[in-house]
Amino acid sequence: MASFDVIVIGGGPAGYVCAIRAAQLGLGTAVVEKEKLGGVCVNIGCIPTKALLHSAYALNLISHDAKALGIEVGGVKGDYGVAMKRSRQVSEQNSKGVEFLMKKHKVTVLKGQGVLQPGKKVKVGNETHEAKKAVVIASGSRVKGIPQIGLELNKTTVISSDEALFLERAPASLAIVGAGAVGTEFADIFNAFGSKVTLIEALPRMLPIEDAEASDVLAKSFRKRGITVLAGAKVRKATVGGAEVEVEVEVEGKVEKLKVEKVLMAAGRAVNTEELGLKESGVQLTERGFVKVNLATLETTAAGVYCIGDVAGPPMLAHKGSREGVFVAELLAGHKPHAIKYDNVPSVTYCHPEVASIGLTEDQAKEKKLDYQVGRFPLSANGRARASMETEGFVKIIREKKYGEILGAHIVASHASEMIHELVVARENEYTVEEVDLAIHAHPTLSEAIAEACLDSMGRVMHV
Amino acid sequence: MEALSPTMEEGRLVEWKKQEGDAVAVGDVLAEVETDKAVMELVARAGGTLLKQLVGAGATVPVSSPVGWIGSPGESVDGSAEGQRDRAAVRQAGSVAEEAAPKAPTIPTTPTTPTTPTTPTEAAAPAAAGRVKASPLARKIAAEQGLDLARVSGSGPEGRVVKRDLEAGQRGGAAVGQTGGAAEVEFVDNPLTQIRKTIAKRLVQSIGPIPTFYLTSEVDMERVAEAREALNAAAGEQGKISFNDIVLKAVATALRQHPACNAWWQDDHVRIWNTVHLGMAVAVDDGLITPVIKHAETKSLRELSAETRDLAKRARERKLKPEEYTGSTFSVSNLGMFDIEHFTAIINPPEAGILAVGSIAPVPAVSNGQVQVRRRMRLTMSCDHRVIDGATGAQFLKTLKLLLENPLALVW
Repeated sequence: MASFDVIVIGGGPAGYVCAIRAAQLGLGTAVVEKEKLGGVCVNIGCIPTKALLHSAYALNLISHDAKALGIEVGGVKGDYGVAMKRSRQVSEQNSKGVEFLMKKHKVTVLKGQGVLQPGKKVKVGNETHEAKKAVVIASGSRVKGIPQIGLELNKTTVISSDEALFLERAPASLAIVGAGAVGTEFADIFNAFGSKVTLIEALPRMLPIEDAEASDVLAKSFRKRGITVLAGAKVRKATVGGAEVEVEVEVEGKVEKLKVEKVLMAAGRAVNTEELGLKESGVQLTERGFVKVNLATLETTAAGVYCIGDVAGPPMLAHKGSREGVFVAELLAGHKPHAIKYDNVPSVTYCHPEVASIGLTEDQAKEKKLDYQVGRFPLSANGRARASMETEGFVKIIREKKYGEILGAHIVASHASEMIHELVVARENEYTVEEVDLAIHAHPTLSEAIAEACLDSMGRVMHV
Repeated sequence: MEALSPTMEEGRLVEWKKQEGDAVAVGDVLAEVETDKAVMELVARAGGTLLKQLVGAGATVPVSSPVGWIGSPGESVDGSAEGQRDRAAVRQAGSVAEEAAPKAPTIPTTPTTPTTPTTPTEAAAPAAAGRVKASPLARKIAAEQGLDLARVSGSGPEGRVVKRDLEAGQRGGAAVGQTGGAAEVEFVDNPLTQIRKTIAKRLVQSIGPIPTFYLTSEVDMERVAEAREALNAAAGEQGKISFNDIVLKAVATALRQHPACNAWWQDDHVRIWNTVHLGMAVAVDDGLITPVIKHAETKSLRELSAETRDLAKRARERKLKPEEYTGSTFSVSNLGMFDIEHFTAIINPPEAGILAVGSIAPVPAVSNGQVQVRRRMRLTMSCDHRVIDGATGAQFLKTLKLLLENPLALVW
């Protein structure tokens, strides 16, 4: 039986980051991982999808814009299998990178399923390890189907992102159930590689958590590219055949029948709370199935057992999990970490154009009856966007009227994922729209649109 | 002489803790100073050597007047016109950040030539003492609302004042600790309606700057007495709770249900507090002080009891910090222990109400149609009519009476 200060169950972006920070602070740390280090994010999530999205972007660019850009190309053809293999290499490299980081920081990696035992002990295989300070659960989440409507994952015709990432070729036709970030990104990818894509969302808009204007602009862009976007659509029934699936979708009271080669399930994820010995060790779950934690400390209902990442509750995002990992590690080392601002976690969808946001949507600001002013700037009026033929999108700032506090910011742009951080930093430090404008923005950049949107919220926009 | 409390205008230097020639670091206690509220520590805002004590123990000094000089060892100090002009050269001991020229300068008596500052630390000194870390948003809110950021303790990185601290705190008071996630809005400022303006104007003409009226209600305390006996029988010696603790708990609970009585008159608006900072009058040797139980409505009876005891003890020892006796939203004064059956208390502005608690005495009372001897207590609420109308105050008192007569409702 080995003894550590901290044992982290799960080596994803919450768990491994927690382990590094704990080790940095001098705590003897172990990470338990049953599969590859880096978790879903590195292996079958964030990272490989970004590799595929880059292929999709390049394919779209060359197919549609090459001529205008002055590039002569012959017949352009996508090969999803090749793109997939490159994405696997990227994942592999990143996972190896995490292994290296564990070695570098002297974090012990225990391979296998970690099972919590009462009294801050963790059983891995036949070995039981003891944590002197704490056990941190970072077991993450996994894909799920909707068996109730006949869409149980069968890994051939009804698949999840887990299988989509390993397909050798793009299917001829594909229905994607769920138009959150995952569904939207795969719609972008498979559309570029020639699949006939139908994106189905039960809520009234695709990317339902984003600002309505952002969703609408993206839906328009997707439709222009030939993606069928069915929002406010309910899958009534699915009949799964050997080589195709028949899906009945109800949109605005009318039932449409689709025949597709594959259905990709992207409607939510299930958290990994089974086989961890949680109940036996006194770790309770919430009604929604997440591990119940004290939000001020992230401690579970069992003393000395903490929980971070997807399994600790929404938003289920890698960067939120990483921050929780750092927070808990610092807490365990006796520091007083800064409280996590759950209202300042950026949300990004890496389709093309990208959608990124922070803070409140306009609807939320309205619901909270806040006194706000919206500022907007379209990328069609931005020099850099025109130069790179990426004029789709806008920046929208929701500003509190009296003091100029940035209540929310929404960006649809080719590089929205990189641009949003200016506003994350601003909000974290309580900069108002004035400070954002006062910071000199390099010209020409897409980020100038942020400063212009801030100006617009004060009625002083310059370039429209 | 630093302003050690929001209302302090002068301070009596009780005792020097550093002597001339002593080395002084930033934060060292220079002297003990008696303010209008308490004996407090005057700390050094700059490091160096205490070159000169300008006033002796026992002297009373106006706020922002110098009490001594801190400088480099061997540096000469002076108080001539030239010396005054070169004030920045030799830092004043315990000077406050935002002070301007002293109101009544104490002139040092050794006329020597001032030395010019050469070390960079001296140039930086005023900044070190004067810079308040605050977010741009917090600065804007403070500027608009006339708040002094220097008086707010920041909860951001490195003690930076952020928006949350201004929402949680109040004018001149320090911020309260953060409560988990999103902070609830602590108060709402309601603009005055025309009818309120008229009420305010006419009543002030009629009766004085705070048009007060009084409401009295007698409360049957039998059940509180029973509850208290049962609780105290179970508790150890130190866990005992007093009648006053129960009254405070009931007042906090009732105020949460009647926020209109938990309010400040602010001349051009009324501030309705969503949290209860309960002031409780404590008699001290030569007067009265009102320590404040912050967020009283969130505290259990046991917590309230412990905090009340601690605050009262330190109030009598004159050891309260300014933030511990400022910022109350409603006050309670209890003279029951002196066998006072009934009295009226004077409102502590900007609060709109104060409750005077009388003694608990066995009196003949009608209960279930029969005359019985029952323990009864009289409560008298003084109300600022500009904020609280008769019916509003009466409803609050009714709730309070209900809570005390059915003490189980306090844990409902």
